[in-house]
Amino acid sequence: MMRRLFPLPDPTRPPRLVKVARTPPSGEMPPTRPPGEKRAWIVTTEGVRTQWRVFGVVLALTVLGELLVHLHPHFEIEGWFGFHAWFGFLGCVVMVLVAKGLAVFLKRKDTFYDVVD
Amino acid sequence: MSWTSLPPALVLMLAGVLLPLLPRAARQAVSLIAPLAALGLVWTVPDGVSLSVEYLGYRVDLVEADALSRLFGTIFALMAFVGCIFALPQRNVLELAAALVYAGGAVGVSFAGDLIGVFIFWELMAVASTLVVWAPGTPEARQAGLRYAFMHLLGGAVLMAGIAGHVAATGSTEFTAMTADTPATILILIGFLINAGAPPVSAWLPDAYPKASWSGTVFLSAFTTKTAVYVLLRGFPGTEILIWVGLYMVFYGIVYALLENNMRRILAYSIINQVGFMVVGIGIGTEVALNGAAAHAFAHIIYKALLLMSAGSVLYMTGLRKCTDLGGLFRSMPITTVCGTIGALAISAFPWTSGFVTKSMITQGAADQHMLWAWLLLQAASAGVFLHAGIKFPWFVFFQRDSGLRPKDPPWAMRLAMIAFAFLCIGIGLMPGPLYALLPFPVDYEAYTGAHIVTQLQLLLFSGLAFFMLLPLMKRTETITLDFDWIWRRFLPRVALALRDTLGEAWTGALGAARRRIEGVMVWTERTHSLHGPMGRTWPISASAVMVALFLLVYLVLFFVWPR
Repeated sequence: MMRRLFPLPDPTRPPRLVKVARTPPSGEMPPTRPPGEKRAWIVTTEGVRTQWRVFGVVLALTVLGELLVHLHPHFEIEGWFGFHAWFGFLGCVVMVLVAKGLAVFLKRKDTFYDVVD
Repeated sequence: MSWTSLPPALVLMLAGVLLPLLPRAARQAVSLIAPLAALGLVWTVPDGVSLSVEYLGYRVDLVEADALSRLFGTIFALMAFVGCIFALPQRNVLELAAALVYAGGAVGVSFAGDLIGVFIFWELMAVASTLVVWAPGTPEARQAGLRYAFMHLLGGAVLMAGIAGHVAATGSTEFTAMTADTPATILILIGFLINAGAPPVSAWLPDAYPKASWSGTVFLSAFTTKTAVYVLLRGFPGTEILIWVGLYMVFYGIVYALLENNMRRILAYSIINQVGFMVVGIGIGTEVALNGAAAHAFAHIIYKALLLMSAGSVLYMTGLRKCTDLGGLFRSMPITTVCGTIGALAISAFPWTSGFVTKSMITQGAADQHMLWAWLLLQAASAGVFLHAGIKFPWFVFFQRDSGLRPKDPPWAMRLAMIAFAFLCIGIGLMPGPLYALLPFPVDYEAYTGAHIVTQLQLLLFSGLAFFMLLPLMKRTETITLDFDWIWRRFLPRVALALRDTLGEAWTGALGAARRRIEGVMVWTERTHSLHGPMGRTWPISASAVMVALFLLVYLVLFFVWPR
């Protein structure tokens, strides 16, 4: 459950290599991953787990920080504890769900208008 | 007339026209000197009218300066300068020449003292920006450029109709604050809003901008929509409908950007989103909100150009534009990653960046007027900006799953342009004073209160949490999202084809029959009424006398027999 809510990278997933079909405007093809390249710490499972933890602490601090500053709400609702935290979170969830809902009707393949995108 | 009253716009336009005649090195030099000269002129032009000409019986004030026009003139010239640094490796002469004329048009609009001047520069911008879209010469750029030109020429026609009506009604071409209560002023408002990317025709922007070259989109992002913000600021402050139009734009931008896969189209949608914030500020119309809209336009040009420069650098080095193809570039493009991320933080109004000190003036304006709903929606939208641009763009381009590509950072000129704007994003955020001093109204606003920083961090970081928790839902697919432009790109052409196939034959037949009938009438008229026809030729006087006698007789008979 925790893993689904706070996803970590899957180390068993095979590495990807995107094909560059056309020469880029710079005139040279981009180099690809050298063999035996060391994985950057921030994308390792351990790194991501640490980042989640640090992020959690920062989130908690921003909510607790509310106790240290003098809020001067313009509206009653703004004075509720942690208003901006839960409002921001729920607002984003609603926006993503609305977007997903719209996509059901409005999504088309990117070749829909017969152009290379 | 001294050299200081030389219109700043003229310098940029002349440079643009001159550019194709020069060798490459001179071209690069001129493309950097001209915007700097324009910037200097923007600051030496005295307040009030300094240049006017007689045109079509009207006195057209080509240069009239005040704080607002100077603010926009400054950022347009600065944008042209840094944009031209970024475009130094660009070999397409047409694009650079058009971009300079385009920037000149934008500066021209901001210094135009009357509606005729506004219209002239407005149309010059439409033509020049179409050339920027067309510059890559690809079929999709050609088609999108044509749709773009159609939309802007339509907008120009609507604007001209409004201006003509307004001048006829008031007898004045003066460009001052208007109220949208007559058909003429409503047409002017619609003309302005079309360029701002307002519904329902906003699709021109995400359609055309991502089709331009890696450097062209940077120029396109700055001028058209922000001159629209400028003219709305001057022409329609406090027009209430703008609050709702702006809120629609804000959420339209977020929802469409969330679903988008093309990195530069994500940023194009987010232009509409950001301009929406400014339009809301103009609609609120209080001094703090208008200041906020103007300051936000200034900051927006910088961070949006920065974001599009980082996207342009990725495109320049890899030739790829889809999020599904990109990822993991932070390893080999550190400067682009850092600059792009700074732009992303600034657009999200993260504390200590430029967006924080400008956008919050607009939300403050809504709070001061006790507009609870507008304020709540603006707060939700601020969270949404972090979602669709602040995290989504850097995440999918520079991080996420490794693409396996290791492109280097772009050439030094492009890096320099990005670093310059990244510094400005942070500089304005840390020291908003100089920007506040440029604003049209005196600023009595403190962005850095403890409460503001804490609440803004809560809002943004928790929307970041939402992004990463909903990541499975955000997974990119190779899709586009239909917009209103489907109506004129698919539906109407299909209706026309269907009509041709079904009613076409009958229509052609009917048209032929009608034409033959008209010809018949012509032949008959010719026969009877020509010089030699019975009705047309000269009759002898005796025949006339007989005729008159006959008429009199008929009259007499009628007089006696008519029942009384």
